[in-house]
Amino acid sequence: MRGALARYGPVMARAGAALLPLIVPNEYYLQILTQAYVFAISTSGLNVIVGLAGQLSLAHAGFFGIGAYAVALLATKAGVAFWIGLPAGIAICMAAGHVVGSICLRSKGHYFAIFTLAVALIIHLVIQKWESLTHGHVGVIGIPGPGPLGPVTFDSGISRSYLALFFLALTVAAVSRIVRSPIGRTLMAVRESEALASAVGVDVMAAKRMAFTLSAAIAGLAGGLFAGFIGFLGPESANVEMTFNTLLYVMVGGVGSLTGPIAGTFIVYGLSQVLAVLQQYQMVIFGVALVLLILFMPTGLAGVWRSSVGSVVQPAGSSGRRPVRRSPGGGGSLGQGGR
Amino acid sequence: MMLLETTRLSKSFGGLRAVDDVNIAVAAGSITGIIGPNGAGKTTFFNLISRALPATSGKIVFDGHDVTGLQAHQVARRGLARTFQSTTLFADATAIENVLIGYRQRTSAGLFDAMVRSARLAREEREAEDAAHAALASADLDAAATRVARNLTQEQQKRLAIAVALVAKPKLLLLDEPFAGINVNQTRGLMAFIESIAAAGLTILLIEHQMQAVMQLCRRITVLDYGKKIADGTPDEIRRDPAVLDAYLGGHA
Repeated sequence: MRGALARYGPVMARAGAALLPLIVPNEYYLQILTQAYVFAISTSGLNVIVGLAGQLSLAHAGFFGIGAYAVALLATKAGVAFWIGLPAGIAICMAAGHVVGSICLRSKGHYFAIFTLAVALIIHLVIQKWESLTHGHVGVIGIPGPGPLGPVTFDSGISRSYLALFFLALTVAAVSRIVRSPIGRTLMAVRESEALASAVGVDVMAAKRMAFTLSAAIAGLAGGLFAGFIGFLGPESANVEMTFNTLLYVMVGGVGSLTGPIAGTFIVYGLSQVLAVLQQYQMVIFGVALVLLILFMPTGLAGVWRSSVGSVVQPAGSSGRRPVRRSPGGGGSLGQGGR
Repeated sequence: MMLLETTRLSKSFGGLRAVDDVNIAVAAGSITGIIGPNGAGKTTFFNLISRALPATSGKIVFDGHDVTGLQAHQVARRGLARTFQSTTLFADATAIENVLIGYRQRTSAGLFDAMVRSARLAREEREAEDAAHAALASADLDAAATRVARNLTQEQQKRLAIAVALVAKPKLLLLDEPFAGINVNQTRGLMAFIESIAAAGLTILLIEHQMQAVMQLCRRITVLDYGKKIADGTPDEIRRDPAVLDAYLGGHA
């Protein structure tokens, strides 16, 4: 039974994700589902820097905001189509991530977290106060959505939902390939011991900067999709609360796990929609839940999954959605599966 | 030929001269020991040579190049490998993964290769795995390849740390107290392993407190006390050196 769960669980989860847009009852829920996919992309991006590289970045929503505003402003001010604006937004986020990473990553641990929190605040303030460009509090309205690609149009809720799901799958596939490659192994080394990593010739700074840049790029992708799907954008899309929400998704799902944070996004974001009537008081519930989570479930859903589906072994330091059985000659858990 | 030379190498922590004007010359192909009482600055000296710590003043020449201004990973890539005093490994990774990370400096596949699963990546991975298995075999750890590092015995962990350092085929290996925390039999086994590495042509510089092991392994020994070099010579000369006896046994009457 456990073995079957281990084997078919992930497949069923994927099938469920693929079918969800077809079974939600109405447009409103469909839009929430689409947003959940978009946030899940952003969560995967945060997981790259926090989970894989072990650096607690709190600037994530800043890059989400940069990606969103890039698509929104390019479309409304310069008439740039969504399909051009999206890659442009990602490129801007990568450039910003590279620069910010080069500076912030000189600090470590808590200092890095605080430094990136300051960066997030600055990005949010710039968006909020640069009224001539961003319209400040009013925000950007009338952002055109994704135009047709050949015969495929993205005007219906369902098509947009599948588009978001497509990008989520693409993101997860890319991150998964990285985790299972020497790059993933290098990030694991940096996360576990910077001293040893640099002693064996790993350029720790370059590895961390690469993870930070990638994480910013994924946040930019999510932000760009967000802007195109919602059609309007305010500075709150880049505020610090957004970062902490995303961090909550990662932690509930399991830091460093590949699919855990996706599940975390669905559960917490879904719950926050259910609890929306409580307005800001829902934070009372999430706050308590977070404390309990850290006390009793520090490895998140992914950790619970690993320990309850006991037939597969997943080392604490690794992070893969594919269960790795430790057998002689079978290689390790990171990038060794294909031997 | 000297593989490693330091000239007036110093490190101050505030007012404390942890390493004070130390000159040392390590001949290629030799096993050299560094001994000294606790707090003599031995590990700090290692950290300076491996560039884990920046030197306050002085110069380090490794393999004919001034490496004083390089970063740790840069000297590592030039062929300077090390182990740490408290056996440092990637504890949650398997033995083979640990060794594979040691080989990473020899490979060049990047993010893009990983995403498209390029031919270069595949070739380098095969190459890395061959090297990793060979390094594990040399450390007599073939059977432990897929075990998680933290679950290995203390002695296996020490061997693994050396295998991680060796896999990229360095020129100089720094060993910080390789025999600490293991029993006499294991020490004998580890000594044989270190001798076999040296016999293969690798230059070794080691810090050690177990005098018997140091005297037996090393052709030359440098003695540090309060950050200064107080003696330098063959094991026999060191054994008879009055300054060394003084540092270890306390002052004469």
